[in-house]
Amino acid sequence: MKDTTTSFQPSPARPAPTRQVAAISWLRSNLFGSWFDTIVTLFITALLLSFVPNLIQWLFLSATYAGDDEVCRQNGGACWPFIVEKFQVLMIGVYPQDLSWRPGLAGLALLVLAGLTYTDRIRGVTLIAAWAILPIFALMMIGGAFGMQEVDQSVWGGLMLSIMLALVGVIVSIPLGILLALGRHYGSPAIKVLCVTFIELLRGVPLITILFMASVMMPLFLPPELVINNLLRIQIGMILFSSAYMAEVVRGGLQAIPKGQSEASLSLGVSSLYTVTFVIVPQALRHVLPPLIGRCIALFKDTSLVIIVGLLDFLGMIKGAALDTDWLGFQAEAYVFAAFVYWLICYSLSLYGRQLEQRGPNAHT
Amino acid sequence: MTPKLESSIAEGETIIEMQDVNKWYGDFHVLKDIDLTVAKGERIVICGPSGSGKSTLIRCINHLEEHQDGKITVNGTLLDKNMKNITSIRREVGMVFQQFNLFPHMTILDNLCFAPVWARNMPRAEAEETAIRYLTRVGIAEQKDKYPGQLSGGQQQRVAIARSLCMNPSIMLFDEPTSALDPEMIKEVLDVMIELAETGMTMLCVTHEMSFARSVADRVIFMDEGEIVEENAPAAFFDNPKVDRTQKFLSQILPH
Repeated sequence: MKDTTTSFQPSPARPAPTRQVAAISWLRSNLFGSWFDTIVTLFITALLLSFVPNLIQWLFLSATYAGDDEVCRQNGGACWPFIVEKFQVLMIGVYPQDLSWRPGLAGLALLVLAGLTYTDRIRGVTLIAAWAILPIFALMMIGGAFGMQEVDQSVWGGLMLSIMLALVGVIVSIPLGILLALGRHYGSPAIKVLCVTFIELLRGVPLITILFMASVMMPLFLPPELVINNLLRIQIGMILFSSAYMAEVVRGGLQAIPKGQSEASLSLGVSSLYTVTFVIVPQALRHVLPPLIGRCIALFKDTSLVIIVGLLDFLGMIKGAALDTDWLGFQAEAYVFAAFVYWLICYSLSLYGRQLEQRGPNAHT
Repeated sequence: MTPKLESSIAEGETIIEMQDVNKWYGDFHVLKDIDLTVAKGERIVICGPSGSGKSTLIRCINHLEEHQDGKITVNGTLLDKNMKNITSIRREVGMVFQQFNLFPHMTILDNLCFAPVWARNMPRAEAEETAIRYLTRVGIAEQKDKYPGQLSGGQQQRVAIARSLCMNPSIMLFDEPTSALDPEMIKEVLDVMIELAETGMTMLCVTHEMSFARSVADRVIFMDEGEIVEENAPAAFFDNPKVDRTQKFLSQILPH
């Protein structure tokens, strides 16, 4: 830069105000700001004091960590050996014990892939392909393929079944939902009517109804040569139900994309198919990431409804374990454990969702 | 797909021809009997009050808007509803928008490579090479790994111009390219457009930058209420407007 005789000298910026928060003043401003705040704070504290110590006492302090039901009954607290004893049944149900390494391997593959996805090691086409192949691999491992001993779907159960239903449900219903949303948003009038009818029909019916239809009524209508097994029918029911919701979520994203985006792409001579695939859909999905993750979590929790049509998923196995005559009276432990496992999985999903939102172009602007 | 046929139209021959083009939005007659012939290498500025149909006119040329009546021939091809030939015409006709319309989820480099790769089947490496060349030409090669949201308006518009040029078009359409820019950024975009004009590109610009029209345009077209009211060489157009409506318009937009 060349020298100038007079130059503008901005005065140095003032330091930003620092927040000095002492514990007392934080308490005063956040918990005892007004007489109303004070009453609410005192009331909630009393409420917490009334049960949290007992809860901790039961969960940890007087809990039994090793031993049998006799020891548990003497100690009076939570009986964790019960969960340890039932662990395998809760995870894979009545799946043959000597073959349990197969679902174990599938579970390991799921964990590894989830880890790679969460740490952003794989992306793009590889990511999509890996998640598309995973359920196929899991099905082959659990059901038996390549000369491995076949295991009938009637003995699939436990957490394995819940995760399978949710995973296949999510992986198939998201693309299906995208197609439905595109059909509703861009399709010709005939396609639009079809998509709207499908979406509104499935959204207007509770999931339990769909599961009953899939399990009980479909075999009555289908020709005998088209009989497919119960699990697959229920899986299809869940996929269709979920895709209707996914479609509405994605449609919200499509509406947020300005018209200029498709015009810019089309004016470059890019075909409509590629314009939708690479310009419109990726942006739409990014807009609706939070509700999309929300739908995935909801679908995972909804899998617990399959108990009604006779599948023994994780919650079904919990219920079964609680009825074991050797361990009568410990059902509270079983349900606490179930809640913990559901929470762990759902919370990991929302953590991943939050991390996804922070990635990508939005993070830089 | 083969690389594009180097347009067989020679310098000075007709590249765009519009005959009796009419268009309606519902009952609103937005284009009225438009007759326009553009020669290859010609630079045309279209101006007129808002709502006069300027944007619609140039958007008909790459078929972002459909005309209902009349004939439009671009690069020797008659525009009709045949989608396949429309895609191939659009590859030859670049367009720059008022709102830039860069793809916000792609880096600058990806924005430029997208169309050559997916519409011309160009290998990625070659597309990147072309992209860098045009980014250098518009002076922002060092920003190639950023996202559009990180650039200023002027930079974004220059990227948008480079993105169109990557398809190696024979015609460039500009739809008010500087209207959404802060005043201090208008010049950097106009400079790129002037440089482009000097290379002999056929250009149709909807703009109110009268200095640009005066120095670059071969012809200025004035539109009002869907009609071409007056067309003339810039000097004659600005100094001796023949029609009252043109005079009135010029007196409103030119500095006193």
